[in-house]
Amino acid sequence: MPVPILKQGKYLIASVQSALSDREVLELQERLLDLVGKHRARGVIIDVGAMDVIDTFATRSFRTVVHTTKLRGAETVIVGIQPAVAFAMVRFGLWMDDVHTALDLEEGIALLDDLTDGADVTHER
Amino acid sequence: MEEQAVGRVESLPLAPEVDESLLKELVNHLREAREELRQEWVERISAAQLLGTMSPQEIFSEATAVYDNYVDTLETGSVERLQAYAQDLSERIVSRGVETHEVLGIVLLLRDVLARSLFQRYQTDFKKLNRILDAYEPAANRIAIIVGVSFVQERERVIGQQQATIRELSTPALQVRERLLILPIIGALDSPRATQLTEQLLGAISTNRAKVVVIDVTGVPAIDKKVANHIVETVRACRLMGAGVIITGLSPEIAQTLVTLGVDLSMMNTVGDLQGGIEAAERELGYRVIHPLEARPDEIT
Repeated sequence: MPVPILKQGKYLIASVQSALSDREVLELQERLLDLVGKHRARGVIIDVGAMDVIDTFATRSFRTVVHTTKLRGAETVIVGIQPAVAFAMVRFGLWMDDVHTALDLEEGIALLDDLTDGADVTHER
Repeated sequence: MEEQAVGRVESLPLAPEVDESLLKELVNHLREAREELRQEWVERISAAQLLGTMSPQEIFSEATAVYDNYVDTLETGSVERLQAYAQDLSERIVSRGVETHEVLGIVLLLRDVLARSLFQRYQTDFKKLNRILDAYEPAANRIAIIVGVSFVQERERVIGQQQATIRELSTPALQVRERLLILPIIGALDSPRATQLTEQLLGAISTNRAKVVVIDVTGVPAIDKKVANHIVETVRACRLMGAGVIITGLSPEIAQTLVTLGVDLSMMNTVGDLQGGIEAAERELGYRVIHPLEARPDEIT
C-alpha cells in the first residue's frame, strides 16, 4: 500500500503507516517531490511515528527528500521518531543534524509555520 | 567427575569410591585432635595476617564452627549444612570487608593443617596414608570450593543489590515548566549508566512532550571519551525527537577533557550553570519570568 499523502492547506502530510521497504521509500520520495510542485506546497511533514526501524537507507532517503524539496521551495519536517528508534539511530551513527525534526504532527505544523512565516505573498486588493 | 560444574556441587557424593571404614577412621582422628588442630589453624591464620578486620575471639569462634562443619561434612557426605553455614558466614563477613583471598586462604590453611596431621599420624604406613588421602583430598577440595563459591556469590549478590540501588536513584528527568525538562546528573557516568540515562530521557521527552531539555552535569566529576560521545549521541537522539538540548555545569576539567579529546561539539548548546540554562530554555520557549517587584526596581537592592 502506498504511503498516503494528504494536503492540508499549504502543507503536505505523508503519514507512514508501517515499516517501509526500500522500494516504498523511493516511491514516497518521488511522489512527494512531484506533489510539492503540483500543489505548490510550502511545507512537507513526514510522520514516521509508526516506524519501528529507520535504517541507513531510509535515513538517507529522508535527507534526500528534505534537500530536494527545499530546492523545489518547500521545507520538510520529520515528525514522530520514537524514543527507541532515535536511540538506535544515534547508536548506529545515523543522524539528521541537517533536518528539521519535531515530536509529533502538531509540533511539526507549528514548526513549519515558523519556518515558512513571512514567505507568503498575500494578495491585497 | 572432578570437572563437574561448581553449581551442581551439592548433588555429588563427596568421595564415592572410598570405603566407609577409612572415612570413619579419618573423621575419628580429626575429632580426637580437634583442640590442637583448631589451635594450630588459628595460629596459622594470624601468622598469615588473614582476617585482619576481625577480632581474635571472632576468628576463634568462626574457626571452631568451620572446623566442626568441616568434619561433619566429611563424615556425612552431605554438604547441605556446610553450604547453609558458608552462606550464613559469607553474609556476616562480606559486609565486614573480608576479601576473597582471605576466605580462600583460611580454607586452604585448614586443608593443609589437617593434611599434615594425617601425614604425621600415618607416617609409618605409607599405603594407608595414600588411601586415607584418597578419601580426604577430594572431600577437602570440594569443601574449599563450596566455601569459596558461596563467598563470591554473596559478594556478587551484595554488589548487584548496590548497583540496583544506585540505578534507581540515578537520573530523574524533571519537568520544570510546560515542555521544559531538566536532567541533573550526579556522580560518575559510565557507559551503562549513560545508556540508561539516554533511554530514560527519550521516554520522558515523549511522555512530557518536551521541547527543550537542560542536562546539568555539575555533579559529574570526570568523563572519558566514550561517555563524552554518549552525551553527544544523547543530544542527537533528543534532536531527532524534536527536542533541543542545553548542557550546563561543565566543570573546567570536563571542558578541557572534551576539547582535548576532540569530541565533536558543533551541535552542543552549552550554558555556564543550571540557572543560566533554565533561563536560556525559557527564552527559547517564549517564557518571560517577571519579578513581582520589578515594577519598583529601587526596592530590590
